[in-house]
Amino acid sequence: MKFFFELGRYLLFLRSMFFKPERLSVFVERTLHEMNNIGVGSLPIVAIISIFVGAVTTVQTAYQLISPFIPVKIIGTIVSDSSLLELAPTITCLVLAGKVGANIASEVGNMRVTEQIDALEVMGINSSGYLGLPKIIAGLIMIPCLIIFANFLLISGGILAAQLTGIMPPNEFIQGARDTFTFFTLSVSMTKAFVFALIITSVSTYEGYYADGGALEVGEAGTRAVTRSCIFILFFDFIIAKLMLNA
Amino acid sequence: MLELQNINKSFDDKQVLFDINAKFEPGVPNLIIGASGGGKSVLLKCMVGLMKPEKGNILYDGRDFVHLEYEQVKEIRREIGMLFQGTALFDSLTVAENVKFPLKMFSKMNDSEIKDRVNFCLERVQLGGAGEKYPAEISGGMKKRVGIARAIAMNIKYLFCDEPNSGLDPITSRVIDDLLLDITAEYGITTMIISHDMKTAFDIGDKILFLYEGKIRWQGSKNEIHSAGKEIKELGAFIASSQI
Repeated sequence: MKFFFELGRYLLFLRSMFFKPERLSVFVERTLHEMNNIGVGSLPIVAIISIFVGAVTTVQTAYQLISPFIPVKIIGTIVSDSSLLELAPTITCLVLAGKVGANIASEVGNMRVTEQIDALEVMGINSSGYLGLPKIIAGLIMIPCLIIFANFLLISGGILAAQLTGIMPPNEFIQGARDTFTFFTLSVSMTKAFVFALIITSVSTYEGYYADGGALEVGEAGTRAVTRSCIFILFFDFIIAKLMLNA
Repeated sequence: MLELQNINKSFDDKQVLFDINAKFEPGVPNLIIGASGGGKSVLLKCMVGLMKPEKGNILYDGRDFVHLEYEQVKEIRREIGMLFQGTALFDSLTVAENVKFPLKMFSKMNDSEIKDRVNFCLERVQLGGAGEKYPAEISGGMKKRVGIARAIAMNIKYLFCDEPNSGLDPITSRVIDDLLLDITAEYGITTMIISHDMKTAFDIGDKILFLYEGKIRWQGSKNEIHSAGKEIKELGAFIASSQI
């Protein structure tokens, strides 16, 4: 029963966000501010993780494919396809669920327990829309950009690792990556990026918005935001893979 | 004028407000006093629309706040200012930006007019030099005054104050009381003050409503409260406990 209560409340919360902003200029300003927080603020962690995941995937793939009958450029194919289809969108968004999700939930939760959300409501402002919608729009714009950036760095990390460890020269890696590249693969990656962006921003805002109590409950809301976002990301990862890649 | 008609509110099986009827006139502070857990804050939240009563009407100049559509409720809310118990200042904004916030959202003023209005409101609460500070950098009494400045920024008609003196020393508490009294008279607004501080009641209680276990047990003025306390045992006990 609790699951259906939460699901219903979450859907009503999403519906309550879509409104005509009280002042468009304030809404745009808030959206740009959130884009900076979510996008620019996450660049370093996304860069570090992507380069290392790309490098490790290359080394491990090479370890499993040592055979004179398999051309080495296959390693480039596997790493680039894995990056586009799974590693860049899923690993990046799981990390962002922790960084961005916890940040959003604690910010909104703190506003709830210090009556700042009540203050917005008393002023006649749609608080869920004022707080939530700029974060969702910023996430839908910036997280796909971060995924493209992560894709690029994952493959770059793979090329770098292949070169430094002597697995193969960069041109062979790139040739392997190019052989099987299709825009459909990229569209799967972007579909995941948009769905995961919506999950991270909306679930985290929801958890913060309904935090109740004090500092302890704000912390719990942050933890719930991260765990629930991660579970939904993995669930929808499977659904999208099944729907789009059903051979 | 604000009028409450038969307000009833309950949480699950526990009823916390029973048939509350009252009229609040503009120009004088209206106090709602009572012990903790008596239903004061719930009544205030019903009045500003943060909670919905199960039964009854809340009339803002004849407009029934409880049964209006959301857009019409928002229109009334723009006539309302509220000073929260914990001040509820936006901690990511400076003092001046907090006061500017409702003007930026709703007024048709240009930037220069907004700046003048913010300065006027801050001067009105004797905080002219604190505009660039953040809420975390100012004292509790100053936060309360910023809350009042933010509340009056929009030429409001109704001002609600939830425990405006809580956590303040007696001198600062008196400053806040005087400020609320002056602003109420100066702008002719309808002011509702929730308090359990009898000193506030004696100082500025032109109209006092005593709430006990969710029911109105007495209504009158500060001049009548002592004699009423001798007749109504709950009120007498409340006055005595406040003076300990």
